Amino acid sequence: MKAICFYFQIHQPFRLKRYRFFDIGNDHYYYDDFANDDILTRIVQRSYIPAAESLLRMIQDSNGKFRCAISITGTALEQCEQYAPEFIDILKKLADTGKVEFLAETYAHSLASLADPEEFAQQVKIHDEKLHEMFGVKPKVLRNTELIYCDEMAPQILEMGYKGVITEGAKHILGWKSPNYVYSAASAPKLKLLLKNSKLSDDIAFRFSNTEWDAYPLTADKYMDWIASTPQEEQIVNLFMNLETFGELQSRETGIFQFLEALPRFAAERGIEFVTPSEAISKLKPVGELSIMYPISWADEARDTSAWLGNRLQNEAFQKLYSVAERVRLCDDRRLKQDYWYLQASDHFFYMSTKHMADGAVHSHFSPYETPFQAFTNYMNVLADFIVRVEEQYPLSIENEELNSLLTTIRNQAREIETLNKEVVSMRLNIEHINEEHRLREAQAPKSEPAAKKPRTRKAKAEPATEAEKPAPKKKAAKK
Amino acid sequence: MFGWEFPPHILGGLGTASYGLTKGMWECGDMDITFVIPKPFGDEEKGFANIIGASQVPVAWRDVSRDYVESRIGKLMDPDMYFRLRDHIYADFNYMRTNDLGCIEFSGRYPDNLLEEINNYSIMAGVVARTLDFDIIHSHDWLTYPAGIHAKQVTGKPLVIHVHATDFDRSRGNVNPTVFNIERDGMTHADHIITVSNLTRQTVIEKYGIDPAKVTTVHNAVEPLSPELLAVEVSKPKEKVVTFLGRITMQKGPEYFVEAAAKVLKNHHNVRFVMAGSGDMMDKMITLAAERGIADRFHFPGFQKGKQVYEMLKASDVYVMPSVSEPFGISPLEAMQMGVPSIISKQSGCAEILSNVIKTDYWDIDAMADAIYSIISYPAMHKQLKEDGLAEVNRITWDKAGAKVIDIYRNVLKNY
Repeated sequence: MKAICFYFQIHQPFRLKRYRFFDIGNDHYYYDDFANDDILTRIVQRSYIPAAESLLRMIQDSNGKFRCAISITGTALEQCEQYAPEFIDILKKLADTGKVEFLAETYAHSLASLADPEEFAQQVKIHDEKLHEMFGVKPKVLRNTELIYCDEMAPQILEMGYKGVITEGAKHILGWKSPNYVYSAASAPKLKLLLKNSKLSDDIAFRFSNTEWDAYPLTADKYMDWIASTPQEEQIVNLFMNLETFGELQSRETGIFQFLEALPRFAAERGIEFVTPSEAISKLKPVGELSIMYPISWADEARDTSAWLGNRLQNEAFQKLYSVAERVRLCDDRRLKQDYWYLQASDHFFYMSTKHMADGAVHSHFSPYETPFQAFTNYMNVLADFIVRVEEQYPLSIENEELNSLLTTIRNQAREIETLNKEVVSMRLNIEHINEEHRLREAQAPKSEPAAKKPRTRKAKAEPATEAEKPAPKKKAAKK
Repeated sequence: MFGWEFPPHILGGLGTASYGLTKGMWECGDMDITFVIPKPFGDEEKGFANIIGASQVPVAWRDVSRDYVESRIGKLMDPDMYFRLRDHIYADFNYMRTNDLGCIEFSGRYPDNLLEEINNYSIMAGVVARTLDFDIIHSHDWLTYPAGIHAKQVTGKPLVIHVHATDFDRSRGNVNPTVFNIERDGMTHADHIITVSNLTRQTVIEKYGIDPAKVTTVHNAVEPLSPELLAVEVSKPKEKVVTFLGRITMQKGPEYFVEAAAKVLKNHHNVRFVMAGSGDMMDKMITLAAERGIADRFHFPGFQKGKQVYEMLKASDVYVMPSVSEPFGISPLEAMQMGVPSIISKQSGCAEILSNVIKTDYWDIDAMADAIYSIISYPAMHKQLKEDGLAEVNRITWDKAGAKVIDIYRNVLKNY
């Protein structure tokens, strides 16, 4: 039995406004609200809503036989909440069908996994919390930003509680192997890997409307034939793509929505099933271990991380950004933390890519900047201001470790003060109780003096104790 | 080919470009090039082209002996050539100011009687055209258009003109009607027009009303720098240095550089600005710098020549060319060769072919200031632009431009 595992990505970054160097230290708002609103609203209308409605119809029409996974970043969720809440409603409906699995990923679509494991774990956790709060789901499978994955990450991901990871079926990793199986991670065999079938995914995402392609026009019938004609023993075809494929990359006029909606019918004719990633992982046994030494991704021909960290500009910005990671984690300032997430979006680094500058086929289609140099300048100016703000919280002259120990001391003392305060309160309550009891007894039985003696001594004992403790917390509070 | 300047005695970019192109075409092979210039000094490189000095071309008959010619102009021209030219004098020009050899003297510069000199050059061209055997005429810039037209009329051979600049660039729109007429005349008579950038091409089409089909862009290139120049040593100041290098005239947009400098200096003190060159707006710029209160960090070292230019570049961290209108603009390419990151205006022709530079609108001083700040504050930016810029500029070579010109020749000759 063959199965198709669909996963759709939804991501939007918070694009930065034009931020001049003379704004550094003066202006702490970094985002281009107009562009963000404009782009998000356009994509939601043209792509996300019609695509999500198609998925909903497909699930209903097939009586739940069709199923898929969606991964939506925290920043995209935030923007949808702000500019297109109607899309959130549709996502909720999808979640309620129980046939759509939501995947875990970093909140801000960040590259933290390549720089700072702790930051990575924290962001994934925050993203999980956000998903739970909005859709009441708990992700079991992780999708890292741009499907970035390597051996080094596997043990951490497993430890974070995920059973599987979605990544690219990169040719240079697989060699003769087929992506149409479940594999397990070499560095953590309990973690399972689902690999994207690049050819079949890109047939939809990039080639669908290309009239020069020899398979044009692509029909659902023909497409399912291709899948059915893969070798018998291959169990699963992983089709991973951006949700924008439907309506944005391939416009509505190309018939992409009709193609999508026709898939379940033709799949059923050939006895092909649909599964979600976690179903695939629990149903299918891994056929072998896969070792991936260097990070892979689903971008460009090279399928590596060079689209974000390929040149000097990108690396410089990246290092500067993560040089303050620990410090920001020590902060309590919510706005600062939020800005830090937004600045980590991989998109900012993508805009700085000089890879295709020479042949003119710039990544510019997706970039709000004219050149990578402009992207770098703008980003670094924003980052400079951000670092100034971090420094205002904690001066850079203090070492991270020292700062950490100071903060721990402060926190411990705060905790101590709290417990002591609680004690004081309960003591006070005790005293009041005793006093009242005493008064009542005196009023009721003024003659029974021996009985009243006991509480009085207790009171005498209790009082010096509370008085002795009171000044102590004050001293500690002063230290703080 | 008719040209006005030729290295090493040059006054602007025209000479460098004419030289580079000629050499590039020669490298493509199978070309016999005669290059006519007003006044050779004898130290021009002659390997790839036969150089004829207009000052040595007789326009009036003089009965002189071979030995006399040899002794007078031997180092500039082969006496045989002189006599061949003398046999082709086509009218009596004795009424003109000619010397003992019957030649008109040329200054080879841009004197006050420039129009007269242009006319004389065209008279001389008639003699050259009658003497030599050639297939095509190529005129560099408006000064030599009349000569080109004359040669075409005499011989019936096709004329290609090379527009290195138009008067619209030089004057920011206040065109000199005489110059405009000479330029337009050249363009209408030409069988094909080569422009140094698409920007210039547009000007030629729109402002001179020329049929777009006969205008082609061939971007300029750069000669590789000699190892000696690349290795110049300078003592660098401890501050960052931002340089403007060129004529301080309206065309070059110097005031935008001063304004951007003032913006940068407001936030960043570890930087000095240099405006090297001279020109009619220099005094105004000195006043402006003083008004903005940045005179202590803004320097005017004056006109730089030869090696000084490269020393200046070597000492710089950023090169800025805020030209309001620049047909091509070779200087940022030279800066890149010296490993200096460049900021250029989008209104310059070289912006069309360069990608490892920062491009801003010339009037957008905020963007310019931002770019300057970025290069001097973020080492990665400096290094990226420096290294990729160097690699990029090394790929821009004259033989490629030469091959394009030869293609144009072929087409012109085929359809002529």
